Amino acid sequence: MQEKTVEIAVGLLIIVGVVALLMLAIKVSGLSPHLKKPGYHVTASFETIGNLKRRSAVTIAGVKVGEVSNIKLDPKTYMADVTMAINPDINDIPTDTSASILTAGLLGANYISLTPGFDDTYLTNNSTIEQTNPALILENLIGQLVYSLTNDKKDE
Amino acid sequence: MNSHNNNIVVIEDLSFYREGRAIFDRINLEIKTGKITAIMGPSGTGKTTLLKLIGGQLKPDTGHIYINGKDIHRISRRELYRLRRDMGMLFQNGALFTNLDTYENVAFPLREHTKLPEAMIRDIVLMKLHAVGLRGARHLHTSELSGGMARRVALARAIALDPALIMYDEPFTGQDPISMGVLVKLIRQLNDALGMTSIVVSHDVQETNSIADYVYILADGQIVGQGSPQQLNDDESPHVQQFIYGLPDGVVPFHYPAQNYLDDLLGINHGEINKPGTNQQEVE
Amino acid sequence: MFTYLQQLGQSGLTYCQKVGRSGVFLIDTLFRWPKLRQMLPLLVQEIYAVGVLSLVIIVVSGLFIGMVVALQGHNILNKFGAEQELGQMVALSVVRELGPVVTALLFAGRAGSSLTAEIGLMKATEQLDSMAMIGVDPLWRIVYPRFWAGFISMPLLALIFSAVAILGGYIVGVQWLGVDSGAFWTNMQSAVDFRIDVLNGLIKSVVFGFVVTWIALYQGYDTVPTAEGISRATTRTVVYSSLAILGLDFVLTAVMVGGW
Repeated sequence: MQEKTVEIAVGLLIIVGVVALLMLAIKVSGLSPHLKKPGYHVTASFETIGNLKRRSAVTIAGVKVGEVSNIKLDPKTYMADVTMAINPDINDIPTDTSASILTAGLLGANYISLTPGFDDTYLTNNSTIEQTNPALILENLIGQLVYSLTNDKKDE
Repeated sequence: MNSHNNNIVVIEDLSFYREGRAIFDRINLEIKTGKITAIMGPSGTGKTTLLKLIGGQLKPDTGHIYINGKDIHRISRRELYRLRRDMGMLFQNGALFTNLDTYENVAFPLREHTKLPEAMIRDIVLMKLHAVGLRGARHLHTSELSGGMARRVALARAIALDPALIMYDEPFTGQDPISMGVLVKLIRQLNDALGMTSIVVSHDVQETNSIADYVYILADGQIVGQGSPQQLNDDESPHVQQFIYGLPDGVVPFHYPAQNYLDDLLGINHGEINKPGTNQQEVE
Repeated sequence: MFTYLQQLGQSGLTYCQKVGRSGVFLIDTLFRWPKLRQMLPLLVQEIYAVGVLSLVIIVVSGLFIGMVVALQGHNILNKFGAEQELGQMVALSVVRELGPVVTALLFAGRAGSSLTAEIGLMKATEQLDSMAMIGVDPLWRIVYPRFWAGFISMPLLALIFSAVAILGGYIVGVQWLGVDSGAFWTNMQSAVDFRIDVLNGLIKSVVFGFVVTWIALYQGYDTVPTAEGISRATTRTVVYSSLAILGLDFVLTAVMVGGW
């Protein structure tokens, strides 16, 4: 009888431990089962990607539809080739869609925003998005601003 | 090796040192099969150490211990553990497993070493407990047993596997006269009824002499006397006389080595001690 | 001067010897054929003693630590208007550091000290000797199941601690301080990586479990068999374990951050 209680208690400990691991996996680290079916991949080349990383979000109208699955440098064009994994249920993105790298807030993380076009054909696995807008680098912007301001002064 | 024939334990030339001090200095000793052999001596002479050496728990610095002709410190660990099933040892305070009750304590060796069915284990445990008179106490937890009862339970556990050799470590220490009498009777009875060989380590002269067939007296790492209890009573050796009759002063002095009493009282420091070899701290 | 040097060398050698002896002890304990059928009931018994009985202190401390981290974090994040990131902060600090380390410290105090005291007492009352004389190896019967019990329990406890701590953070952050529940969880999910954060935390707790159990069992087995010896050994278990945990935590973190 007493032996049984001990066994039950130990069984409970193990079950609770596994449940905790599952919670840490799914609820905390977002390792959700639907990532296992990867969806389809779309690539786009950017002049610069700023702080974009693997697993950064891909959104349409602010809604997350996928994430960045791979980033590599094209050795010929010196552009960044970004591969995105798009959720399989979002399968009607027009081919003339454009991709921009935006920043969440002033100091937040970079993400890709897709702006849908108007074509009747849709992006499929391994398609390429042709129209891209690179990440805005804050330092460059300030540099340009300072440059144009000083130029304005000279013109006067 | 003729001497191995009727001796279950033979100790040859045994030395054992602890922290540079010789506990045993080249002693020879034989335990006759089927007899009760007592090993006596003042406290601190390493009687318990001797049992641990025989049981293979300690390694001697020189010499050999043969049990049934096998050198116990030369055999493999596995063989040693097998040989120990043939030995029982009763520890000073019983050393019962505190997480098991009385019944399970006695059943422990049976469960570990045999594949007997539960019903048979029960029979053996009850038989052994009956032999020590504690069949009715089988459900008691070890903490509920008195000192004497705990020792009897430990005895039942030690004989659970019917060993050929059983060692008693100070079985009479701290017992009231009744439990002492019970233990004396049990040791004699078990030895004769089960055909075991017994080694009793003790400093209780009276009780031990009443059951022992042969006695060794240890002092200062040597065997200072041996023989039947009767022979020892007549032994002239001062060590034996002092020990057997419990004289307060003699070869073993009453005073711990110290400097001259008068000088000590007057505060005169000669920086030397009467007897060398004691671990006095050096004086600044 | 020379004597001091000599003493230093002497104590160094003694220390080396102790470390070596504990290593031999570990090898003696672990390198043997597992007899599973005999082992399993003993193992269950010991997991109960080591793991289940530590559960209450782990859950309660986890809850409070999660709540405190949320409270402190909210206070700081509030200054930057970034309360939305509270979930991320709680989860990362708990999963990476606090979970494994605090659990291991509590485990050393609760389970480690009791293992040392139990085995030390068994030694002092000659139970280990008498078991050996019955022909049963105490390393096998007493130490081996306790070792595996500690090794198995510790990661489970650390996982439970982390989960409870995050729940505690959720209670304080969302229910009490009014952070948006959705932002709390999504920010957490986008910041916490399963392999880098959760699995590395788990690896830490496995290592800590191994080391704490080893120290506790060795200190118990090596006790000077007196009442004073047991109390000293118990203290040593807690002190050595805590130092080992904190030191190893640094090393492991350095390896994890640098290597992975």
